[in-house]
Amino acid sequence: MTRIFVPRDTAALALGSDRVATALAGSARIVRTGSRGLFWLEPMIEVETPQGRIAYGPVTASDVPDLLAAGLLDGGPHPLRLGRPEDLPFLARQTRLTFARCGIIDPLSLDDYRDHGGLAGLARARSIGPAATIDMVLKSGLRGRGGAGFPTGIKWKTVAEAPGERKFVVCNADEGDSGTYGDRMLMEGDPFSVIEGMAITGLAAGAAKGYVYTRSEYPHAIATFDAALAIARQAGVLGPDFDIEQRVGAGAYVCGEETALLESLEGRRGQVRAKPPLPAHKGLFASPTVVNNLITLATVPAILTGGAEAYQALGMGRSRGTMPIQLAGNIRYAGLFEAGFGVTLGELVHDIGGGTLSGRPVRAVQVGGPLGAYFPPALFDTPFDYEAFAARDGLIGHGGVVVFDDTVDMARQARFAMEFCAAESCGKCTPCRIGSVRGLETVDKILAGHNVDSNLDLLRDLCHTMKFGSLCALGGFIPYPVMSALEHFPDDFRRTMKEA
Amino acid sequence: MATYETWNPIKAQQIIAAKTGLEGATLPILHDLQGTFGCIPLDAVPMVASALNLSRAEVHGIVTFYHEFRRTPPGRHILRLCRAEACQSLGADAVGAHVNTRLHLDGHGTTADGSVTLEPVFCLGLCAVGPAALLDGQPLGRLSVARIDAELERLA
Repeated sequence: MTRIFVPRDTAALALGSDRVATALAGSARIVRTGSRGLFWLEPMIEVETPQGRIAYGPVTASDVPDLLAAGLLDGGPHPLRLGRPEDLPFLARQTRLTFARCGIIDPLSLDDYRDHGGLAGLARARSIGPAATIDMVLKSGLRGRGGAGFPTGIKWKTVAEAPGERKFVVCNADEGDSGTYGDRMLMEGDPFSVIEGMAITGLAAGAAKGYVYTRSEYPHAIATFDAALAIARQAGVLGPDFDIEQRVGAGAYVCGEETALLESLEGRRGQVRAKPPLPAHKGLFASPTVVNNLITLATVPAILTGGAEAYQALGMGRSRGTMPIQLAGNIRYAGLFEAGFGVTLGELVHDIGGGTLSGRPVRAVQVGGPLGAYFPPALFDTPFDYEAFAARDGLIGHGGVVVFDDTVDMARQARFAMEFCAAESCGKCTPCRIGSVRGLETVDKILAGHNVDSNLDLLRDLCHTMKFGSLCALGGFIPYPVMSALEHFPDDFRRTMKEA
Repeated sequence: MATYETWNPIKAQQIIAAKTGLEGATLPILHDLQGTFGCIPLDAVPMVASALNLSRAEVHGIVTFYHEFRRTPPGRHILRLCRAEACQSLGADAVGAHVNTRLHLDGHGTTADGSVTLEPVFCLGLCAVGPAALLDGQPLGRLSVARIDAELERLA
């Protein structure tokens, strides 16, 4: 029977892919996959033919009889026929290393994973040993994909050299930034890559136990990942030498911060810890701990397999390798775009993303989640690179790019940033706990037209205090969206005054 | 539709005992309690405290720190509506305002007839297909006022 691949990624499910699978069930062998990440084409199904896989999309259940009549099983012509997915410009322009298998394989088939190069990285790490493995990751130039951009190899080396009876690997899958969904896609589309990456990390750092901390807002990812863990354990990929346990968060954004995450894993309120001590010296249960973002860990097998030099050859400046960029919000071609660092924001939004979904002009783009700056089109020449974004008072964060059209009110967005920070602050440090509440009140006064000039000064001063006085990135970076809105869109803060 | 058990201390004790041996067992236990009873019942707090050698105040502090843990059982259906930036850029505020009006709620709470609990969430990872929601665990994308109306209609 012909095989048809139907995504089971949560975003595809949200667009009805389960109904499509049901409608096709009698006519073909259905293989559920992750998503290729071309969400404007989801549900995108792929038929296995002698010419390779042929994609159709976006397909609804009601299209199925018509598709079958048009010769779907042989890749026949139809208005929804897209051709070979790898020839679609959005995919052809990418360099997929971390996401090489996502949307292609059956996420819960270890054989599929092996057939597509899986477990070769772990085998390589075992044969070259911990020191050479760390050396490869160091040479690859891989930096933390959670946002901080810390060199992964240095973190591993620190843990490997730290004295301790027990050591841990913690995978941060608390992907709370709006506009990001790469962790979720991998957990649902290629969970074994995360497991393999963690096993390599455990081997390199001398840890026998790993934890994955997944946010509760991802119920489908949690289920798929738990199923993958059971399969990996049964197949002996995980075992007495290294095992992994998944833990689920409970809706606290701040638990994406590594020390708050560790507190939460230990069973407490997710309150940030003061550093030092670094988690690499004294992390989970007071033991040396590697805390890495999920995408960082899932990239490690590709580096071990393809070599540090090949990975290091991609990118720009000190940002080496590829970055899975997540195009989101009001954008025509919303999806996952993995490419070497250096692509500009303008290319991402216009050439690759096709501008806004609404068809209206782009007004602002928030990069890096709720703590990221809003960029106006005037700054679209900024290349996707840790340092280039920092130089323009922004951050790339976890790679989320959220596009807004010209209907957005940037003073409202600044207000939202303060409101979000007030709701999500862990309460440990004063600048964040009190500053966010006072910031919200001050933006409200500005919006109401009260003493606008002096309140704008006060807001700037407050942002300065939060930026330099907060214990972690929540209070420390919330000034980015607020100040960038103020800097680049000052008129929005004076609207009420003008109207009055 | 969400179905939960009524409070039963024996069942609660079993749930707690099953996970007490885990390191950092608090969240796993609280999740299991909420999965069974729909919330963390007040009577469960001293039981968790005693099992984990914590004070009642500490357990209270943990339950109330995390947005996800409820103190009272939810309605028959749970609508978790994303209110974060990517969904905002696609009109989530208008969808949210409409849901509030329709359900006579203010962003968060249970309807008077106990049919729907509305909970705001900040990102479901559906940022490419927003506005998004989870309705009784099922993901919904590209929500409009008409689409959410149709979904809520179906519950009735």
